[in-house]
Amino acid sequence: MEVNEFVQVMDPEGNVDDSAIAGISEDEILQMYRLMVFTRLWNAKALSLQRQGRLGTLASVKGQEASNVGMGLALGPGDWFCPSFREYGAMLIRGIKPKDLFAYWGGDERGARPPEGSHVLPVCITVGSHLCHAAGIAWGAKIRKDPIAVLSSSGDGSTSEGDFHESLNFAGVFKLPVVFAIQNNHWAISVPVERQTASKTLAEKACAYGIDMARVDGNDVFAVFLTVKRLLDQARSEFKPALVELVTYRMDDHTTSDDAGRYRKEDILVPWKARDPIDRMRKYLTAKHGWDDKKESDLVAEFAAEVEEAVADYEALPLPDPTDMFNHMYFEEPWNLKEQREEMQKHLVRSER
Amino acid sequence: MARLSMVEAINATFHELMAKDDRIVVMGEDVGVDGGVFRATVGLIEEFGPERVIDTPLAESGIIGTAIGMAIYGMRPVAEIQFEGFMFKAFDQVYSHASRMRHRSQGFYGVPLVIRAPYGAGVRALEHHSDAPEALFAHLPGLKVVIPSTPSDAKGLLTSSIEDPDTVIFLEPKRLYRLFREEVPEGEYRVPLGEARLVREGSDVTLITYGGMVSVCERAAQHVATEGVDAEVLDLRTVWPFDVDAIVSSVTKTGRAVIVHEAPRSFGVGAEIAATIGERCLLSLLAPIRRVTGYDVIVPLAKLEEHNYPDSDRVVRAIHETVQFQ
Repeated sequence: MEVNEFVQVMDPEGNVDDSAIAGISEDEILQMYRLMVFTRLWNAKALSLQRQGRLGTLASVKGQEASNVGMGLALGPGDWFCPSFREYGAMLIRGIKPKDLFAYWGGDERGARPPEGSHVLPVCITVGSHLCHAAGIAWGAKIRKDPIAVLSSSGDGSTSEGDFHESLNFAGVFKLPVVFAIQNNHWAISVPVERQTASKTLAEKACAYGIDMARVDGNDVFAVFLTVKRLLDQARSEFKPALVELVTYRMDDHTTSDDAGRYRKEDILVPWKARDPIDRMRKYLTAKHGWDDKKESDLVAEFAAEVEEAVADYEALPLPDPTDMFNHMYFEEPWNLKEQREEMQKHLVRSER
Repeated sequence: MARLSMVEAINATFHELMAKDDRIVVMGEDVGVDGGVFRATVGLIEEFGPERVIDTPLAESGIIGTAIGMAIYGMRPVAEIQFEGFMFKAFDQVYSHASRMRHRSQGFYGVPLVIRAPYGAGVRALEHHSDAPEALFAHLPGLKVVIPSTPSDAKGLLTSSIEDPDTVIFLEPKRLYRLFREEVPEGEYRVPLGEARLVREGSDVTLITYGGMVSVCERAAQHVATEGVDAEVLDLRTVWPFDVDAIVSSVTKTGRAVIVHEAPRSFGVGAEIAATIGERCLLSLLAPIRRVTGYDVIVPLAKLEEHNYPDSDRVVRAIHETVQFQ
């Protein structure tokens, strides 16, 4: 497999292989666009809040909206999703509220509680370790004969981790219904993907584990959706695990604590700006679905208002009680935590006097 | 009742529990066809099949990481790490996920996982086969650490650990696996986590211990009894969260404490117990608290192993120092 080989349905100019998307309705097409736009607006707002000191450290998803939304929509209702920390678009699709995403990234752990029936794990910060959990969830489902599949998402850096190897290996040996999606955004903070591996592609690593592989234009929401959906269907019905590489690009710093100017030049982004996932779909919608400036500005206005409402809800949240930190350490609180909780309560009462 | 060794009791527990609860899955290296390198899981694959008794690839992080996923999904995995010294390949999964998932998900996902490992020295084994790392796990918020010292307790504690909604590190003193047999209750039998066992009642000094050191302390207590010293022996059974009430009431009664474990002394479980005693019953103390432990060294190989593994002579000496303190 060569670095320029991947599945593409919609090129950067918005030209689409109509036969490939024959099964996708116009409503679904518009929904893909709406979700990408919402993800970008939420992300831009979050970055702006962070700069104003109203949100904590954030990993920007800008440029990866097609990978996010394609993955999120490819999941069936009973399927599970195991994200790392740059998957807001997919998480929103699984039912996590924009307000709760703000809350979590604003340092309020209550925002991390997954909604009932979402089948989403909380964000995983340690790189690649959640691929094992995805394999384990798939394993549990297989043992119980539940017809579901599991999707994990992680970055190119995660393919260097031991847990990447162990997870794919277990998935292959036990034929687990799991798909490991790698959002290859080309950077692990300052280290480029060429420094992660001597393999030409990340997808070809699947060969070593005897599992299926695919390599997709990660900025093409159709290609991501169709490929991930096909792989999830195969995993669910035939116990075929797969590795899918979504070739995309991290357009912003790694996080708000990072300065990409230290290790990459701005002009490196130029070709990737031309491949922007949202721009290309707008071109397509304009050419084929009567999209126009009015519809665009209406949509942006609608979502901007929705995001502002989420910000207002987030900022209206009362501060967590300091003793909340003791919650959920165990199913049943042991004596040491009971004592420490009381110790804190006494301290808080004294401080209030 | 049947007379069983510890390893037989563990095996019997699996047979009984797995027949009743199909969520229980046993997984690890050589646990299936081979029945485990210590035979703790022998016969399970024949009875419950390879889907529930799983010979995994040789990959500790993969074993624990996938077991975490299974537990989140609603299974009750019991993952075996072949020797305690191999647990560190999986330490990230334990530290970063098993202990944290309940809190991270704000109570939405628990990890009802038991990680079993043969533990401790005394069988003249290779490097990484004789360690006592319990304090490393006890220090992690969100975990429980259990170490049985008898066949019956192994059954009762393993049952409670498998039924526990949180992750339990279940360390089995390998020296005790076949050291002795005793009557083990048949059928459902639970020893609640967090409750110490009063092994021997006494009034002059409390020996606080667990695992392979319990019998060492019993021997020491018998020895000093011939000298007129009446030692109480407390087996913690659950190393963390330990039975603070049992420790405090015993030391308050005797006024003297000797803590015995085979793990290295500094920052060990003994340090936590000593601090707890200092905080709660300092004014009852008649003598400084003493610790009899492994030294702060890498567990020696066979030729020197016995010199590091605390024996009853060392415990007797510590009792003497404590009761003779003026």
